[in-house]
Amino acid sequence: MLKILKYSIFDLLRSRWSYVYFIFYLLLGFVLLFLNSDINKAVITLMNIIIVLTPLIGTIFGVMYYYNSKEFTELLLAQPIKRSKIFMGQYLGIALSLTLSLFLGLGIPFVFYGLFKSAAIFDFSLLIVVGSFLNFIFVALAYNIALSTENRIKGFGYAILMWLFLAVIYDGIFMISLIMFNEYPLDKFSLIATMFNPIDLSRILILLKLDISALLGYTGAVFKDFFGTNFGFIISMFILFLWVFLPVLRMKFKLKKKDF
Amino acid sequence: MISIKNLHKKFGKLTVLDGLDLEINKGGIFAILGPNGSGKTTLIKCLLGMVIPNKGEIKIDDKSVLNKWEYRNNLNYLPQIANFPTNLSVSELINMVKNLRPKQANEQELIDLFGLTPFLNKKLGNLSGGTKQKVNLVLTFMFDSELIILDEPTTGLDPIALIHLKELIQKAKTNGKTILITTHIMSVVDEIADEIVFLLDGKIYFKGSVTALKKQTNQTNLEHAIAELMS
Repeated sequence: MLKILKYSIFDLLRSRWSYVYFIFYLLLGFVLLFLNSDINKAVITLMNIIIVLTPLIGTIFGVMYYYNSKEFTELLLAQPIKRSKIFMGQYLGIALSLTLSLFLGLGIPFVFYGLFKSAAIFDFSLLIVVGSFLNFIFVALAYNIALSTENRIKGFGYAILMWLFLAVIYDGIFMISLIMFNEYPLDKFSLIATMFNPIDLSRILILLKLDISALLGYTGAVFKDFFGTNFGFIISMFILFLWVFLPVLRMKFKLKKKDF
Repeated sequence: MISIKNLHKKFGKLTVLDGLDLEINKGGIFAILGPNGSGKTTLIKCLLGMVIPNKGEIKIDDKSVLNKWEYRNNLNYLPQIANFPTNLSVSELINMVKNLRPKQANEQELIDLFGLTPFLNKKLGNLSGGTKQKVNLVLTFMFDSELIILDEPTTGLDPIALIHLKELIQKAKTNGKTILITTHIMSVVDEIADEIVFLLDGKIYFKGSVTALKKQTNQTNLEHAIAELMS
């Protein structure tokens, strides 16, 4: 598996898009950190971008890589390697190279800003941890969709819809249900509904850790009571981990039966 | 060497292999023929473990190969379409495949044979179809394995490369290897195949030598004999 991983990272690191992605984060980091007097505001803007963009890029890269390397995967399948190792290697390759782009793209501006001398190191690590989780989650989801869909146009469509649903539509439905049922106590419902969407979960996690939950009003206080504690933090990390683990498990299951 | 018993495979409602039985002895060139969609590639892919049969058994050297992967170390496969990662160069790809298999490889000989030296540092995305097929051939023939499976090996090759390919296949045969080959070019079959395995409707319709086939169908030309078999 390590050999496959090595080659897919190698392959991706030479693709132009990895650099475009890296440079995008680099520019974004510099602009936001140095043209903004308030670090909190800069981090929130960064967060809003990371939370929508990393899932989108992870989804697109995942689906594209799967379909583009299909014939090559067939060549690998005829080699004496276990099936699941080929796909795990490719999956980790994409997720790690995207995480590397994110880490370096944001890391360099933060280092220039004085990462090691300020409290910014905490914000930075939180952004990176959440961004990495989102990379791993959405590449896994994209790989699941691609593995289940032969037609690449359809596969691409489903993947984008999945992103759109989790990034935009889910929030819409969530909001509408909050308004419709606002006579009922909704704290538990909102907490649970947040858990079912990795994007929402990441957003809330960052917002609350940044101590700006006061902006969120009453619900914010309920959320703060849960996510703000160490217990809440561990639970949310665990759920993010489940969001990686379950799709990967399904991938393994699907691979046992799939014909190439 | 290969023993297939009662192999069934369905893709949705479409039955591709329908209780196929096949015995292939060690050594020799076997041409797997049949009309389009008769299950040639599916049969080969079952053998490779890429397609998982619904029912049946496949044994190579008396060992079941279903859901195993180690046996592929003694098997070389040439896929139908050669499409490689566009960012890698030819020599990187060759080294990668060498790296994945714990076997000795003699790629230099084959690179010289197909005149690929000027392309070694070129990216695979910039190569023509025929050159890619040559790279594909190098990857297949650089290992010494008992079983060689070629799916449409002649696609895109120029006449000189085709002659080299036929020589390679003959050489493998003299070394006692078993070669399975699918192709639609009947002249190639007529020239090199020892035995023909003819698939129709997911079953073996005919198995025997080229002469036996011509005799059975009362034809002197292989192309016509095959056409007679189909009708």
